[in-house]
Amino acid sequence: MADASLPRPLRKQAPRSRFGVIPIVEWGLLAFLLLYPIAVSFLTAGDGPVDFDNFWVIRITTILILAKLAISFDLCWGYSGIMSFGQGLFFGLAGYVVAKFAEELGWLQIFFVVPMGMLVGWLAALLVGWFLLLGKRTPTVIFVALGTLTASYAAERLVGGWLWVGAGNGLSIWDFLMIGSYELEPGLAFYYVALLLLCFAYLGSRYLVRSQFGLVLAGMRQNEERIAFFGYRVQVYKAIVFSVAGMIAGLSGALYSYHEGFVGPSSVGIVTSTYAVLYGLFGGIGTLIGPVIGAGVIELLRLFLSDIDAIKNYWPVALGVIMLIVVAYRPTGLLGLVLSERERIGSFGIVDRSRTRFGTDSRSSQLKTTETDDGPA
Amino acid sequence: MALLEVRDLGKTFGALRALGGVDVTVRARSFHGLIGPNGSGKSTLLKAIAGAHFASEGAIAFNGADITTATPAERAKRGLSLKFQITAILPELSVYDNILLAVQADQPLWTLLRSKSRAALHDEVLELLERFLLADLATDLAGELSHGQQQWLEIAMAMAVKPKLLLLDEPTGGMSPEERRVTGELLMPIKESCALVIVEHDLDFIKDICDHLTVLDQGQVLDDGTVAEIERSSRVQEVYTTRV
Repeated sequence: MADASLPRPLRKQAPRSRFGVIPIVEWGLLAFLLLYPIAVSFLTAGDGPVDFDNFWVIRITTILILAKLAISFDLCWGYSGIMSFGQGLFFGLAGYVVAKFAEELGWLQIFFVVPMGMLVGWLAALLVGWFLLLGKRTPTVIFVALGTLTASYAAERLVGGWLWVGAGNGLSIWDFLMIGSYELEPGLAFYYVALLLLCFAYLGSRYLVRSQFGLVLAGMRQNEERIAFFGYRVQVYKAIVFSVAGMIAGLSGALYSYHEGFVGPSSVGIVTSTYAVLYGLFGGIGTLIGPVIGAGVIELLRLFLSDIDAIKNYWPVALGVIMLIVVAYRPTGLLGLVLSERERIGSFGIVDRSRTRFGTDSRSSQLKTTETDDGPA
Repeated sequence: MALLEVRDLGKTFGALRALGGVDVTVRARSFHGLIGPNGSGKSTLLKAIAGAHFASEGAIAFNGADITTATPAERAKRGLSLKFQITAILPELSVYDNILLAVQADQPLWTLLRSKSRAALHDEVLELLERFLLADLATDLAGELSHGQQQWLEIAMAMAVKPKLLLLDEPTGGMSPEERRVTGELLMPIKESCALVIVEHDLDFIKDICDHLTVLDQGQVLDDGTVAEIERSSRVQEVYTTRV
């Protein structure tokens, strides 16, 4: 039995698949997004001049911005078990702050707007997280869900009645975002800026959840109590992820208000927060790429459905029904259709088989045989 | 020197008095067994020591510090480690990652963000895997292991945090005799670095590995002494012959 040259029995699962589903989806989506605006511009041009700033390029830019919001929700719910119904709060608050800076001081530089949006989102999430997560008692999922929902709702009411920030009308941004002296109009350039920032947010989040820090999060999702017995301060980890998620939502909100030229009470409130939840659940939480896809599909559906005259006023119902079907029959979302649970959770350590002395421990292999004979579960 | 001192510990759940005035002293590097009939309060005592329950009365001192009101995480930082009665491995993570999670627990939070620390802990993880006969199964999901292997994995995880005192709740529950024998062999070398408090129904197993026994009955200490003393104790004989 101790002979290392004997072939080992076939394993139930390959140790680590080199070609996972996620990398294929990631690269495929990136390639599509890089080429899309150029392709669509030529295709829709017909006989006239090529219009690089056409309707579809602008609409997809909006999706690229909202995808960041979706990622921020996934970090909360998919990776750390924080049911945040308040991502809109960080999104909208950042939007309001940068709009106010534009209005009062004319500060339009992207190198100011983007860090400012992130800072506002981060600080707001830190504050909310501190209240909700770092209390003496361990908060329940429901407590956090209601807490974030309430915060978001309260903020919506507050800005909706506050004249200095435009009350119910919100704030309009009349100027464009600037890179140096270049005006970033909604269109091709804005598209690529939004895509670049999405890649940064995505890669940053992916680094976080695949690091050993992410291993702690993965352990927390399975057995929070066990992790605490190792000495991990579970709530501190949650608060860190929550604040990072707030930062990404803030980035998204700052770009959104410049892209749409407007920020209103609904961006801070429950509608935006709920969309963030929908993107995540629909696309497949705990995958990062799933919510990005979810944001795309839901926004496109919204666009198409609201354009059909017969259901113009009822399309949210159709959206709700689709959502219900997904949650009831596919809780893992769209990506869950093609993704194994093993790949979704992933592995974190280095398992270099050449460095272990597999098959040389006679006691181990001897025991393995006895157990297969007994056949325990 | 006493590593753990439990003084006059009481625990009530509503009207039920699970523990009433229990005194236990565990010396450094000794193997201490807690035995007693079902419902005698062994697991409750163990959980009160680990911090899963807070004691209703009395005090617990560990390594010279009062930990009566400390959280589980604070106790873990001081060197207490618990293996649960119901296996609490993380079933959807690989065996390797389960151990890594335990090994990296003493790392500062920010180093967990750098990929370097993964390599630095690799050898430590491998050593534990090999010591607890799991090296072959490193990439398997922990949930796919046999019951006995899951128990070893949990002991390995509890040892990975380099505890001064390891608390084991029925480590051999549901194991085959062969697995039980190996578990005893796996536990003996631990003595060099840490003390052990073990709750176990299998008296032969307890007798083989423990130096000192505390017998509980109905939430009270019935008797306390070395294995030989307990074997001679008429009170223990009575409880075990009349009620088990």
